[in-house]
Amino acid sequence: MKTFNPIKRGYLALEEWLNISFGGELNPLYHLGTLTFFFFWIVLISGIYLFIFFDTSLSGAYNSVEYLTNEQWYLGGVMRSLHRYASDAAILTILLHMFREFALDRYRGFRWFSWLTGVPTLWFVVTLGITGYWLVWDELGLYVAVLSAQLMDALPIVSGSMARNFLEGQLTDRFFTLMGFLHLLGQPVLLIFALWIHVKRLSHVEISAPRGLALGSFIALMALSLYMPAESHAPADLGKVPATLNIDWFYLNIYPLLDHWSAGNVWILSIGVTMFLMIMPWLPPKKTGHAAVVHLDECNGCGQCADDCPFDAITMRQRTDEARWEYEVVVDDKLCAACGICVGSCHSSNIFRYKNKTLDTGIDMPQFPVDEVRQKTAEVISGIEGDTKILILGCDHAYDVKQINEPGIGIMTLFCSGMTPPSLVEYALKNGVDGVLLTGCRNGDCFYRYGNIWMDKRLDGDRKPVLRERADKSRIEVFRAAETDGKKLTQKIDEFKQHLILLNKEDAATTADNGTDGGAS
Amino acid sequence: MTSALRVILQIINYTIFMFLVGYFSIYPQFKHLEDDQAMITLAISHAGERREECRKIPPEELAKLPPNMRTPMDCPRERSPIVVELTLDGKVVISDNVEPPGLYADQGIDIFQSIKIPAGKHLLSLKMNDSVRVEGPTFTHKQDINLEPAQLLVIQFDSENGKFTLN
Ligand code: HEM
Repeated sequence: MKTFNPIKRGYLALEEWLNISFGGELNPLYHLGTLTFFFFWIVLISGIYLFIFFDTSLSGAYNSVEYLTNEQWYLGGVMRSLHRYASDAAILTILLHMFREFALDRYRGFRWFSWLTGVPTLWFVVTLGITGYWLVWDELGLYVAVLSAQLMDALPIVSGSMARNFLEGQLTDRFFTLMGFLHLLGQPVLLIFALWIHVKRLSHVEISAPRGLALGSFIALMALSLYMPAESHAPADLGKVPATLNIDWFYLNIYPLLDHWSAGNVWILSIGVTMFLMIMPWLPPKKTGHAAVVHLDECNGCGQCADDCPFDAITMRQRTDEARWEYEVVVDDKLCAACGICVGSCHSSNIFRYKNKTLDTGIDMPQFPVDEVRQKTAEVISGIEGDTKILILGCDHAYDVKQINEPGIGIMTLFCSGMTPPSLVEYALKNGVDGVLLTGCRNGDCFYRYGNIWMDKRLDGDRKPVLRERADKSRIEVFRAAETDGKKLTQKIDEFKQHLILLNKEDAATTADNGTDGGAS
Repeated sequence: MTSALRVILQIINYTIFMFLVGYFSIYPQFKHLEDDQAMITLAISHAGERREECRKIPPEELAKLPPNMRTPMDCPRERSPIVVELTLDGKVVISDNVEPPGLYADQGIDIFQSIKIPAGKHLLSLKMNDSVRVEGPTFTHKQDINLEPAQLLVIQFDSENGKFTLN
C-alpha cells in the first residue's frame, strides 16, 4: 500500500500542468539538468562578450560596465542582462532539479552519489554569482565585498582582517584582480569539473536541452532583458554605506542575514544546511535490491545490456571462459540500481526459449529471475476470467496497477518497464490474452531513467531486442501513468477493452467467412 | 489539445518563468540602512603590550646559557588582550575584549565591527586598554561628530603614534 506523500503529489500536479502545456517531450521538468546547462552556455557566451569590454581594474570596472549598459545597450547591455538573467534562471532550474529528485525519492540508495556530488555544485554556482556581483564595483559590489570579507574573517583560516582592505586608503587592485581571476577562470573551471563528477555514474547523459525548450527559454530571457535591462547601482564609495540595495535573491540571499546575525552564525547556518543536504540520502537510507548477475553460459558478449544500463554499471571485457565469443559483460555491484533493464535487453531472455526447462538468460535478477517472470505471467494469464482478457504489464515505481481489480484483467509488475523482454508481450498474446497494455512511469520520467524509452524503442523495432514482426501490434497498447493518473489509466483500459472487443468481433467474422469459404470450396 | 491552446499555455508558463527570474533578481528591495541612519566601523589592528616586562639577564645567569641563546634581555612573548569600548552619547555601543591570537598569544589583534546609528550629532568617546599591567584605559579619545545619512565613519587606531583616527 503506497502512502500519501503531499510533496510528491504536489510535484506530480506541477508536472501534469506542464505536460498539458508542453507535452511530454518538452516538459521542462524532464530537462532541468540540460536546461541548466543551456543557461550556462548563455552565461558563457555573454560572459565572453562582456569580458572583451570589461576593465579589470578597480578604477575602470564600473565605467566599463556602464558603457556596455548605456552606450552599447543594443548589444553590450543585452549581453549583460542575458548574463544576469540566465544565471538567475540556472538557480531556478537547479532548485527545481533538486526538488524533483527529492519529491520522487530519487536521491537515496544507489543515487546517493549524484545527490551528494550535486551539493558542492550548488556552492560553486552561488559563489560564482557572488564574485560576479563583486566585479561590477557598484554599491552592491562594495556591499558584497565588505560582507564577504567579514564572513571570511570569521573563519579561523584567515589571519589578519580581510575586511580592512575595504577601508578608505587601504584598497588596492590586488583583491579585485583575484576576484576577476576567480570569476573569469577559476570558478568556472571548478564548476565544470564538479559537474563532470556529478554525472559520472550515469550513462547516456543528455547535455543539450531539446531545441524547442532552448528556443522558448532563450526568447523569454531575451524579452526580459529588453524589458528590464540589468543595471548597476551608484558607483562604490568607500566613505558611504550602501543603503538601499536591489539584491539578487538567487545569489545574495545570505548577506541580509548579516544585519541580524553574526558572521559565525551565518556560517553555522550555511554549513549546517549543506551538511544536512549531504547526509539526506541516508535519512533514512534506502536499500537497493540485489545486483544483476551474469550467466556466462548464456551471454555472447553482444553488449546490449552494457549499452542500455542507465547507471554505467555494466562493462565489457575479454572473455574469461572458453567460449568462442570475444567479450563478456561484468556488473559492478556498487553501481547497479537493480532495475532489471539489462534483463529486458538480453536477447537470451527470449521467453520462448527452453520451453520445458528453466529459462536461463545472460544477465538476470536473482530476486526475480526471468524464468520466474515467465511462470508468474503464465499463472496470471490462466487466472484471468472473462471474454476479453487483458494483461497489464506495470512497473514498481509508477501507478500501482495492483490496485486495479476488474474482471478480465491480469496484472503483472516488474522492477521497471525496461525489464520486460519484448517476447513476453508476444508470449502473453500467444497464450490466451486478447491484448497487452504496458504501463509504467510517465514518458520522459522513468524512475530508472531509460526503462520506458528503451521499451518503446524495442516495441517499435528501433532497439534490440525488438518485438517480432509477427506479434499483433493492434493488440498492444502503451499508456504510462504516474501515481496520480489512476483515472486516466482506468479510462484507457476501458477504451482498450472496447477496441479489443471490436477486434475480436472482426476476427470472429473473418474466421467465420473463411470457414464458409472453406466449406464452399 | 489544439496546438493554438498549447502555444497560449506555453506563453503563460514562460511569462511566469520570466516574472520569477526578473522579480527575484532585484526585489524585494533590501534596506541595509534606514534613510536616517549612518554607520560607524571600528577597525582596529594593534598588538597589545607584553604581559610581562622584559628582564635584563644578569651576567652569571647568561653564562649558564648555551652560547647561541645568550641574549641580554629576556622578553616573554605573551601579549595583553585588547579591551575597547565605544560610547555614543554616554551609551556603550561597542565593547570588545580580544585575546591575542597565535600559539604563544603573541600576535596583534584585529577588530572589525560595524554599528548602525541615527545620523546627526553625537558625542563619541573611545577607551582602549592594551596592557594587563595598567589599570583602566591606556588610550582614550572624545569627539563631537556629525554624520550625514548613509555616511560611514571609520575609526582606526594608529599604533605608531598611539592615537585613534576618525575619518
Ligand atoms: C549545477 C547544477 C546542476 C546541473 C547542471 C545538474 C545536472 C544534472 C544532469 C544533467 C543530470 C543527469 C540527468 C539525467 O540524464 O537523467 C543530473 C542528475 C542528478 N542530479 Fe543534478 N545537476 C545540478 C545540480 C544538482 C544538485 C544541487 C543536486 C542535489 C543536491 C542534484 C541532484 C541530482 C541527482 C540526485 C541526479 C540523479 C538523477 C538520476 O539518477 O536519475 N543535481 N544532474
